[in-house]
Amino acid sequence: MTSREADSTVPALHLRGVVKRFGSLTAVDGLDLEVPQGIVLGLLGPNGAGKSTTMKMLTAQSIADEGTISILGHEIPAESKWARARMGVVPQHDNLDEELTVEQNLRMFSFLYRVPRARRKEAIARTLRLAQLSDRGDTPVDDLSGGMRRRLLIVRALLHRPELVLMDEPTVGLDPQVRQELWGVITALRDEGATVLMSTHYIEEAERLSDEVALMAGGRVVERGAPADLVAKYAGASVEEYTPGADGTAALERLLRGHGFTTRRTGTTVSVLRAEELPESVREQLGTPDRRDSNLEDVFVTLTGESVE
Amino acid sequence: MSLSQRHEDARPERHARPGRFEADAVRGVVAREWILYGQSWRATTFAAVVEPTLYLLCFGFGMGALIGTLAGFSYIDFLGTGIVAVSVMFQSMMPAVINTFIKRRFLHTYEGILAAPVDVRELVTGEALWLALRSGVYGCVPLLVAIGFGLKPGPGMLLVPFIAFLAGFAFALFGIWISAVITSVRSMDYVFSGLFTPLFLMAGTFFPLTELPDWVQTAAMVNPLYHAVELIRGAVFGGLDVLAALGHVGVLLAFVVLMWNLAAFQMRRRVVN
Repeated sequence: MTSREADSTVPALHLRGVVKRFGSLTAVDGLDLEVPQGIVLGLLGPNGAGKSTTMKMLTAQSIADEGTISILGHEIPAESKWARARMGVVPQHDNLDEELTVEQNLRMFSFLYRVPRARRKEAIARTLRLAQLSDRGDTPVDDLSGGMRRRLLIVRALLHRPELVLMDEPTVGLDPQVRQELWGVITALRDEGATVLMSTHYIEEAERLSDEVALMAGGRVVERGAPADLVAKYAGASVEEYTPGADGTAALERLLRGHGFTTRRTGTTVSVLRAEELPESVREQLGTPDRRDSNLEDVFVTLTGESVE
Repeated sequence: MSLSQRHEDARPERHARPGRFEADAVRGVVAREWILYGQSWRATTFAAVVEPTLYLLCFGFGMGALIGTLAGFSYIDFLGTGIVAVSVMFQSMMPAVINTFIKRRFLHTYEGILAAPVDVRELVTGEALWLALRSGVYGCVPLLVAIGFGLKPGPGMLLVPFIAFLAGFAFALFGIWISAVITSVRSMDYVFSGLFTPLFLMAGTFFPLTELPDWVQTAAMVNPLYHAVELIRGAVFGGLDVLAALGHVGVLLAFVVLMWNLAAFQMRRRVVN
């Protein structure tokens, strides 16, 4: 074992000045990102922010035009195969073999991940338990529910006990109930101490599962930190929402911005961030608000000007 | 679980230096196909048996009754050995074109495989190797059928699986390269009509090449199926001198080297951007 493999201080991921262009489109534009070992980092951004391209570059299925990438100390793409031996990748697309059983799907990948023969059976049993599919080993994948399939897709990447797990939109397209089922699997993974990089465009998912969130827009990280810290920094403790009617919306925004407050508009509703700091003199002019706690969505919209799901 | 335990478990046991071509990775790809084969062997075997049987039944008896002997062999013997080579081509090149294209374009299979410690060269080699192994086995089926139709068994037949393996490897790599060149399912019409048919007909399978115009005979020299047919006939009936056999094997090996490089290069262009 080389020293860099044993060294837990080596960042799980280190990207510096990474650029990826597709013709005239710059999908990733000077991305800097460092992820220490042992955390769950949510890569949050709207469609087209560059999340999936970044994920592909990490597995060397896309090659950066500029910048440097290293994974667990291995330079990408030169040492990509070495890095891939130490990480698991959950793809965005469900590419399970439908005609095969759950157990056969896992067995196939135990070969690809080179799980030693003596450990293969145990590795499959462990991942089945993690996915809560122990009693479904002989079920053809085609007969599984959407949630079960996605759980299988996640644990398939864990057969070789990777130190780093990349998840590219692991819950995209699933209904909320199934999404929450999967959160249990991801939480269990976090509890095992794995480093996880999870791209998502679901705010709630990033907020619930991530130790830290990197907000991505226009191909770069625009802000990063613990979800609670980001919320406190940009949105304060509470948000007040006012619905003055179509005619009053612009005037309300002018008033609040004139007092240095950040607002966001949803239809005819104007939300005021850091509402707890509103002076009484201003509040008296606003009418009766709906009050709620600030959240990561407020931060994201404030920083990127884009809406997310 | 401690971090050191995680490291221990995650390490493949004999991992070579990054960038090096690894047999373990190829084995992983072949093992994957073996597991899939467990699900599809009935259909594959059905096609491998029924097709040559029908060819031999219809052409062997139908044409054989009119032709009698050809190039010094009974027509059914001539055809039976030719069908072995054709069967190898169809068993390897056809799935290499169709299945590889579907796996790449629609099933996202290669995204999954290439996220594991496998590179494109190993992926291409593993896919082709599996098809070659399958051809080596199923290539013998038409021979057994031909024996059932009256072909006299001989010791040279023991070489047929090895010839079928080599030819199958060559055709599989050819097919994988084509699958990576084409951009849509519609393009396959060009492949089947413009490539499969001439390869199939201009190889001395149904009739000797000597009956065709000179330019066709010359073109057939670069047709790997022709060399496979010659090797198989030579092995089954004897009478092929060592120099000629080495020449045919040499052409097939050169074709393998060329196609391996083309297939790996073109596949990489498709799956890595």
